[in-house]
Amino acid sequence: MTTTSEHRETEARGSDSHLLEMSWDPITRIVGSLGVYTKIDWPARRVVECHSTSSIFRGYSIFMKDKDPRDAHFITSRICGICGDNHATCSVYAQNMAYGVKPPHLGEWIINLGEAAEYMFDHNIYQENLVGVDYCEKMVGETNPEVLEQARRTESPNADQHGYRTIGDIMHALNPIEGEFYREALAMSRVTREMFCLMEGRHVHPSTLYPGGVGTVASVQLFTDYLTRLMRYIEFLKRVVPMHDDLFDFFYKALPGYEEVGRRRVLLGCWGSFNDPAHCDFTYRNMADWGRHMFVTPGVIVDGRLVTNDLVDINLGIRILLGSSYYDDWADQPMFVTNDPLGNPVDRHHPWNQHTIPHPGRRDFDDKYSWVMSPRWFDGMDHLPLDTGGGPIARLWSTALSGLVDIGYVRATGSSVQITLPKSATVGERTFEWMIPRWSNALERNRARTYFQAYAAACAVYFVEQALAEVRAGHTRTWEPFDVPQDAVSCGFTEAVRGVLSHHMVIRDGRIANYHPYPPTPWNASVRDVFGTPGPYEDAVQNTPIFEKNPPESFKGIDIMRTVRSFDPCLPCGVHMHTGTGRTLEVLHTPHAFTPAG
Amino acid sequence: MSTVEEPIHILWINAGLSCDGDSVSLTAATQPSIEDIVLGALPGLPKVSVHWPLIDFESGPEQGADTFIEWFRKADHGELDPFVLVVEGSIPNEDLITGEGYWCGFGNDPQTHQPVPTSTWLDRLAPKALAVLAAGTCATYGGIHAMAGNPTGAMGVPDYLGWDWKSKAQIPIVCVPGCPVQPDNLSETITYLLYQASGQAPMIPLDEQLRPRWLFEATVHQGCDRAGYYEEGQFTTEYGTPQCLVKLGCWGPVVKCNVPKRGWINGVGGCPNVGGICIACTMPGFPDRFMPFMDEPPGAHVSAAASSVYGAVIRRLRAITARKADIEPHWRRRDGHAPQHAEDSREKVLA
Repeated sequence: MTTTSEHRETEARGSDSHLLEMSWDPITRIVGSLGVYTKIDWPARRVVECHSTSSIFRGYSIFMKDKDPRDAHFITSRICGICGDNHATCSVYAQNMAYGVKPPHLGEWIINLGEAAEYMFDHNIYQENLVGVDYCEKMVGETNPEVLEQARRTESPNADQHGYRTIGDIMHALNPIEGEFYREALAMSRVTREMFCLMEGRHVHPSTLYPGGVGTVASVQLFTDYLTRLMRYIEFLKRVVPMHDDLFDFFYKALPGYEEVGRRRVLLGCWGSFNDPAHCDFTYRNMADWGRHMFVTPGVIVDGRLVTNDLVDINLGIRILLGSSYYDDWADQPMFVTNDPLGNPVDRHHPWNQHTIPHPGRRDFDDKYSWVMSPRWFDGMDHLPLDTGGGPIARLWSTALSGLVDIGYVRATGSSVQITLPKSATVGERTFEWMIPRWSNALERNRARTYFQAYAAACAVYFVEQALAEVRAGHTRTWEPFDVPQDAVSCGFTEAVRGVLSHHMVIRDGRIANYHPYPPTPWNASVRDVFGTPGPYEDAVQNTPIFEKNPPESFKGIDIMRTVRSFDPCLPCGVHMHTGTGRTLEVLHTPHAFTPAG
Repeated sequence: MSTVEEPIHILWINAGLSCDGDSVSLTAATQPSIEDIVLGALPGLPKVSVHWPLIDFESGPEQGADTFIEWFRKADHGELDPFVLVVEGSIPNEDLITGEGYWCGFGNDPQTHQPVPTSTWLDRLAPKALAVLAAGTCATYGGIHAMAGNPTGAMGVPDYLGWDWKSKAQIPIVCVPGCPVQPDNLSETITYLLYQASGQAPMIPLDEQLRPRWLFEATVHQGCDRAGYYEEGQFTTEYGTPQCLVKLGCWGPVVKCNVPKRGWINGVGGCPNVGGICIACTMPGFPDRFMPFMDEPPGAHVSAAASSVYGAVIRRLRAITARKADIEPHWRRRDGHAPQHAEDSREKVLA
């Protein structure tokens, strides 16, 4: 059984003569540096081969050795400049397990509120100011002028909710800088960061997170300042959700077959998010139970089926493979953890036992070509190249299938998630229902990103209510003291913005003996493993048909870029790419970043 | 001063050993915002052309249209002038690699099809730049990725180019430290350089560590609203309370940074002012000289002990005055117009 897309097998590979090499390096409008290198069957208008590569190595697991374990969340936050707080949070979870400390409930609600704001901020800025540009008037006009014409003639079905009469008007509003909605979203990304800073001090590397809780001073003012901003965001979202539904639905209609862009087999991972302090005691022993009480349910989904939502199973299935990465294997190194705290055997290629041994080398797409490794999830038969689809699609899918979450504002039904946003200043209560989609593709990853913003906001309303109840009852402690043990083994699981995030720590003699963080991007941007299985970007791009109208010399590869960006890449471990012809370009206009046209 | 018909290009290399946090941080700035800079919302601001990976429109393939890296090649060929080079992330020591390979690359070499090391870009572009701006503590002083025990030999831009390095316009390396950089600190420095580049401002005033003086002169403690607790000898031993955090690991008294005074974003957030110990993330000695972060700084022990004694006395005296200050003069009551002793009507608050 192949572990990648089912339609790869049907790929007709003729002689290479009609294959065109195209490479993007560095890819803009993502975080970090990423390169993709493709071979395109131009007559068939289809990508037939793709390698993704990252060319920056920093070595956290190496320089964290022998440091004080209490420094871990401050250090690991610096792994990422857009979701560093997710690392700090995950590290604090792992430290709580190691130290055997359970923070006061209020401390947990404050972290949930901070992380909810992070989702609201990050998905918003990424969706509108980075991805949105791929669907804006300027871009669509330069890649598919006929689609832009059609968009201008197409009335928006939900115009009454968002105010843009046609799809063309939506695209116009998304133009970089000049677009009205582009600027509005950028401004909103600042409001949500204020919300974040209220709870976690500063963005993106938090100042007030600690093992045992938070340093945030809990007061009525704190939660009022947050709630008033949250309701402004909710008012904004009541326009954004129907607007994006209109935009993405339009692409299916305007370009029949567009569901194939970025499509791959449904192989999704979600490690769960937002702990419920009533259940979460941070013990490994009870992890399966408190994992199921998270407000985003963990899960592994294969071909639409929920394989497990047990965090212990999820933990034990993680494997870090090599094959195309610049590292030496650690098969001859000592193991740190042979059995988990429940007695289950732990694999040598599990993060607890990993040794990171860098071995810089020449980039060779037939051999080693990236600083990213190949995380896989072993289901007992296959090493599955799970993806996160950028995070939201996996979170919603997993939560929907488990059917466990029911907090009023959010309800999982088994096949959908119902999200109710309360009345805000000028708009009444609205319920949005995210239904499990037919495909795991670029457009559905993007749609889920919009719906998850509503999900996070709805959860935040609930968390504010819980937090205020604690404050009103006089329970204002936010931190619990602890001692660092001489020896410990622990793990933290959460959902970073872009998906699965785990931290695995081993303490010996009171110092860090081993620490391996696994964020979502190593999964998504992973490379061909020892079995030759491509990583998710590679797999998704390899199946992407080309709808763009431009000939090779003015080709932008928008369909490929939409595919890559749908995963919300975040590679604060670099990029690189391979060039085919090295041809010098004549750039006829003066486009660039960010400067207005003309 | 030129009339600046040609834009000033800003070339941004995020491919040091970085997390892109300084790029992300800049999108939070409002004084001025990136839109303000790009749209020329401030009087006299020259036209700019920004080549910034985080939000650049261009993302074409090497073999097709709108290749982003092409701007950097143009600058190398002398086709972009003037330009300001922004570097984010620390610079690894590629000499540590004995065989082939690289720690860190940005784009590729069309001849060899191999990544171009970020340090090579610095070698090529720095001599041609109007100014080099190091954004964030990694680019300025090495930062987290230059921590003891790191494998890459990471260093800051001044370590790489030389602390006395000057651009062809005689501008030293401009360092805006912070992990990440405080949003407005960076946008304000960029704005200053644009005014200087267009002849409207004198040489940017920098200190010995190449920081803009007006942003980094004062310490965290001098701008911290918990300093009052310090003076009165009130030090918390539990996170989550409003008192001074020095005994819990705050390095604010010796760290040059304006965050507690300025806030993080629109005056919201911060570090010790909102319960987060200062881990000194703007400093050249960061992080090694400040770890373990959650331990009391050795120097704080003596001064905090002194303050505990002196502060306890002051606090008691102030409590007496404060009680008086907390009570209205009697004549504001309905029955307060009855005749009083003379000294009562002179009732005053002691300072």
